[in-house]
Amino acid sequence: MTNISKEAKIEMLKKLIEIRRFEEKTVQLYQTAKIWGYLHPSLGQEAIAVGACSAITGDDYIVSTHRGHGHCIAKGANLNLMMAELLGKATGYCKGRGGSMHIADTELKMLGANGIVGGGIPISVGAGFSCKMDGNGKVVICFFGDGASNNGVFHESLNMASVFKLPVIYICENNLYAISMCSRESVACKNVGDRASSYGMPGYIIDGNDLTEVYETVKKAADDARKGNGPSLIEAQTYRWGGHHPNDPGAYKDKEEADYYKKEKDPVVNFKKKLMAEGIITDRDIDKFEDEIKKMIDDSVKFAEESPEPELDKFLEEVKQI
Amino acid sequence: MREIEYREAIREAVIEEMDSDEKVFLIGEDIGVYGGAFRAYKGLIDKYGPERVINTPISEAAIIGAGIGAALTGYRPIAEIMFIDFTTLTMDQIVNQAAKIRYMTGDSLNVPLVIRTQGGAGRGVAAQHSQSLEAWFYHVPGLKVVMPATSYDVKGLLKTAIRDDNPVMFIEHKMIYLNKGPVPEEEYTIPFGKADIKREGEDVTIFAYSNMVFKSLEAAGELQKDGISCEIIDPRTLVPLDIEAIISSVKKTGRLVVVSEACRRGSVASDISAMVTEEAFDFLDAPIKIVAGLNTPIPYNSTLEQASIPHAADIVKAVKEIVKK
Ligand SMILES: Cc1ncc(C[n+]2csc(CCOP(=O)(O)OP(=O)(O)O)c2C)c(N)n1
Ligand SMILES: [Mg+2]
Repeated sequence: MTNISKEAKIEMLKKLIEIRRFEEKTVQLYQTAKIWGYLHPSLGQEAIAVGACSAITGDDYIVSTHRGHGHCIAKGANLNLMMAELLGKATGYCKGRGGSMHIADTELKMLGANGIVGGGIPISVGAGFSCKMDGNGKVVICFFGDGASNNGVFHESLNMASVFKLPVIYICENNLYAISMCSRESVACKNVGDRASSYGMPGYIIDGNDLTEVYETVKKAADDARKGNGPSLIEAQTYRWGGHHPNDPGAYKDKEEADYYKKEKDPVVNFKKKLMAEGIITDRDIDKFEDEIKKMIDDSVKFAEESPEPELDKFLEEVKQI
Repeated sequence: MREIEYREAIREAVIEEMDSDEKVFLIGEDIGVYGGAFRAYKGLIDKYGPERVINTPISEAAIIGAGIGAALTGYRPIAEIMFIDFTTLTMDQIVNQAAKIRYMTGDSLNVPLVIRTQGGAGRGVAAQHSQSLEAWFYHVPGLKVVMPATSYDVKGLLKTAIRDDNPVMFIEHKMIYLNKGPVPEEEYTIPFGKADIKREGEDVTIFAYSNMVFKSLEAAGELQKDGISCEIIDPRTLVPLDIEAIISSVKKTGRLVVVSEACRRGSVASDISAMVTEEAFDFLDAPIKIVAGLNTPIPYNSTLEQASIPHAADIVKAVKEIVKK
């Protein structure tokens, strides 16, 4: 990370805070029933989204998951449009049709969150083919969870991406849980990253709570992909701070482990400390960022609340075309 | 009679069958300490241990395949697919394997497998978690399709499903797990292919299953105020289907409204309508009405979500279009 500008580091820190505060707000809104359905916050996993999306360009694609708010924000999503979607409003990214699990945007090159675990992994193969056929050096990041890596589609997709040397970076966010199932019990080999060798691609097992490590690893994988060397698999080890969703108390999780991750491995706090130690920012700067971000998030809630609901008549007309 | 929740009735059926037949076991995602996504298996991991309550990785095709393989070799698995929307990942195992093995092998092998799953809209969980896909399984020869509405029905039918020597799609509805209904203390089973008259009436027959039974009951209550008497037939199992019960009700009332949460195109409702038209046309005093979900992926926004599935008011309207009083 030595060759990263001070400005870029500050941008990354801001993104981390933005995701953290956004997720905190969505949980609040869920508890007051402004957001409903399913909501899967990415609290504790922010460094993966930010590190990965900062290591690629705006023209590269990402494929996301049901726990995708962080990916969207890291890729530059507009908080107003995200919040409006979570509130089911006509102004939201999906016109209120999708909600938390389905946010997508063509301009952001964000090919969609997904309600189906692993549903995005094969899609990344096709996006990889497009990039390869276009021959313009673009790459695809495919995010998925430890749980998803046990589904058949993971194995088919990584094999195919490797056979055709597609420019895809597979990032497994191993947050130790798939709902109540601990990945220590669900993954047959020691690490998800070990699976890379079965598909003839490089495998990396990294600390997903360390933004720098994520950034550098993804950068390397992206460089390889752009050079035509094919895909990589990165297992970014992290921790799901909450339950599977806000209504799940996560009683099956080990309390000491949960405390450890929150106290010692907080990706936002640790990156903040690092930048302070490097003399790049001060407490005053942090306060300023927090204020700016709070305002952005409050504004997004206001925007969403004041936005119109989708029109029923229009919906009934549109249905006739389906 | 005591009243228990739908999910509790499921749990009771499972416990009774696991206690009486050591070959019955459970397999699926988050069915261990978590007790299943709707908590129907609460505490079963403690009662039966991890050998009979097999908590799996997220591997739907392998869950069904494992169920089939164990069924072929002497066990009676109950495999769970958390949402019917995820059966999409298991279709080879269900459609090409489970449904056909017995027939293809000249009855040499059989597959005593229950696939428990749930569908339906109403919880704001959008297009990939709200579908009603029963028509897919109804369409495939070799599968039984069970869709119980009440606590009483779910318990008696699940026990029958577990004892059945062939694959059964056991489809619940996410909006009714907490509904309470009367269930006797003593043991009982309910045979497949036997409809239940959920309400007797004279003027119109309403065919409804799963959560639509409750919407129909609500509609019938409304219509009663206008002097219209509805008979509600709940088939409980779509395959085998108690077509006689429907026909004999239609012979009495001369009118039929078929209700289905699933979208209409290619639906079970359309097929019921075709069968009644063929077999009881002379007894019909008015065209058959179908009240079905709209042909749309289920939207997240709750106004749109609600608009995409039938409600009591839609059933009332349809009845009034064919019953003039
Ligand atoms: C195919 C499929 N199976 C099961 C589910 C239900 N489900 C939703 S999220 C989830 C856990 C996913 O775990 P993981 O991939 O580790 O992602 P995480 O939730 O930890 O971000 C499960 C089982 C689903 N949505 N899709
Ligand atoms: Mg996980």
